[in-house]
Amino acid sequence: MSVLLQRYGWALTSIIVGLTVLWVVVLVVLPQITMIDYSLRPNLPLPQRDGPNDVLTWANYTTLAGNEIHRTIFVKTIWASALVTFLTFLVCYPIAYHLAQVATGPRAALLVLLLIIPFWINEILRTFAWWIILAYSGPLNIALMALGFIDEPIRYLSGNSGVIIGMVYAYILFMVFPLYNAMESLDRNQIEAARDLGAPVWRIHWRIIAPHAKPGIATGCIMTFMLAAGSYAVPALLGSPGSRWFTEIIYNWFFEGGNWNQGAAYAFILLILCIVFIFAMMRVFRVGLGDIAK
Amino acid sequence: MSAQRIADVFTRAYLGVFFLYLFLPLIVMGVATFNSSRFPTVTPWQETTLKWFSALAADNQMWDALWTSFAVGLGVILVAVPIGVAAALFLSDLQTRAKPFIYGVMVSPLLTPGVIIGISTLIFWRPYGITGGYLLMVLAQSSFIAAYVMLMVMARMQRFDRTLEEAALDLGATHLQTFRRVTLPYLRPSMLAACLIAFLQSFENYNTTIFVRGIDTTLTVYIASKVRTGVTPAVNALGLILISVTILAAIVYEIRRRRELAATAAAAARARADEKAEIAAAVPATA
Repeated sequence: MSVLLQRYGWALTSIIVGLTVLWVVVLVVLPQITMIDYSLRPNLPLPQRDGPNDVLTWANYTTLAGNEIHRTIFVKTIWASALVTFLTFLVCYPIAYHLAQVATGPRAALLVLLLIIPFWINEILRTFAWWIILAYSGPLNIALMALGFIDEPIRYLSGNSGVIIGMVYAYILFMVFPLYNAMESLDRNQIEAARDLGAPVWRIHWRIIAPHAKPGIATGCIMTFMLAAGSYAVPALLGSPGSRWFTEIIYNWFFEGGNWNQGAAYAFILLILCIVFIFAMMRVFRVGLGDIAK
Repeated sequence: MSAQRIADVFTRAYLGVFFLYLFLPLIVMGVATFNSSRFPTVTPWQETTLKWFSALAADNQMWDALWTSFAVGLGVILVAVPIGVAAALFLSDLQTRAKPFIYGVMVSPLLTPGVIIGISTLIFWRPYGITGGYLLMVLAQSSFIAAYVMLMVMARMQRFDRTLEEAALDLGATHLQTFRRVTLPYLRPSMLAACLIAFLQSFENYNTTIFVRGIDTTLTVYIASKVRTGVTPAVNALGLILISVTILAAIVYEIRRRRELAATAAAAARARADEKAEIAAAVPATA
């Protein structure tokens, strides 16, 4: 604080500290704490709040265990998000490697620009584009039938496949850039040396490039999983009532069920899920929090 | 060598397929604008038409939603950019062992699902009588967009020669003058970029907005509700316009970047030439 004071004087320092504290306390930390507090209280009519019935309870959390439909959707959200993360990684790894280690100069800059352009466009519009492509009588089904791969159209939009396809597309950038940043710092000579010593391509990747890119892989997976599990937009557009996402259940507690306390508990469960995933990734890839939050 | 060749061909093919995958959906959406089918699709192609542009122009709800999005975006710039800059300055000068923890708390909104940010904001402000609407959208979006701003400003701050500020203070400038004439001008480019990112993030936000919007409708909310309740290719026309603006901006950006590169290269060449001339001029004198 004394350094700040020395550099900026009283007036500016109080503005700087004031704004920062306002942000961290009022906009970030207190709302989270309030949400947790809310999730531990029963849903009471307004006059009874803070009264004798307003006690701490786990009831909102046990609802999930007791409701089979919600439980199934929760589990589905976990495995589908993990699948999305894995598929996105497969799609992005070769591109990140190419950008970081093969392409050079203006060509690499152009490829990066091409990669970014689609992501300047609204997530909703990108998802809407897939809604057109995946429609029952849409271009994908027509093309696949014309090529003889399928005999009758597939209903992508009434199962989970549409949501998964749309999410992989939506989150590519969040996987490519962490991978790219991590791979870029690898000395090309190491790859050359491995090649000269006769290592096959897959082993170069397995033993040299992937280990070096571990922090990037962890970051990309965390971002993608978090975005997938927490997405409301993609399942709302590409899913159907039969393939609901956990975020949709949360939304319903708030705006259809009118039970905010219950919704807060479900939201907190979602947050816990993301935190558990972050720690799992850190364990698997043996990286610290500092490597991820860079 | 031939294994290398095969790998090269394979990489090229993959790059081609990848970028096709990236752009084909946008092309399909754009092309569907010109199909007269009441339903946005390219198959079957009925008749080529421009009528969906006029349908879009006549869609008053869409215009209202667009203005709401603009207003929220501006509000987010006004709230998140000052906060982000302040937090960056704060963190740059923080010397305590708790720094990694404080940093973690500050970037945590970026690792929190957007729906949770929306929900916690909605719940927190209810007792104070602030319900879903314009103010809450700005507050909820700013809470995580400020973290983006902070990271961008901090990245530039790290390359700042802090002796400049000290020199200004030593030469008798007040704290305020130093801040206005030295620190702020240096941070300006990152602040402008942060304004742009803040606006774009706000403009495209859906997951947080959906919980705090009250009865207000932003453009993303409008498009999503249209897709669910019966959409016409007017939405495609809107998408096509947004895509064109984006690609145009990207082209302008790329041209400017190349010019700047060329300009710095030319300046470097001139400097080298001057140096040579100086050396040449110096040679006869010493000879």
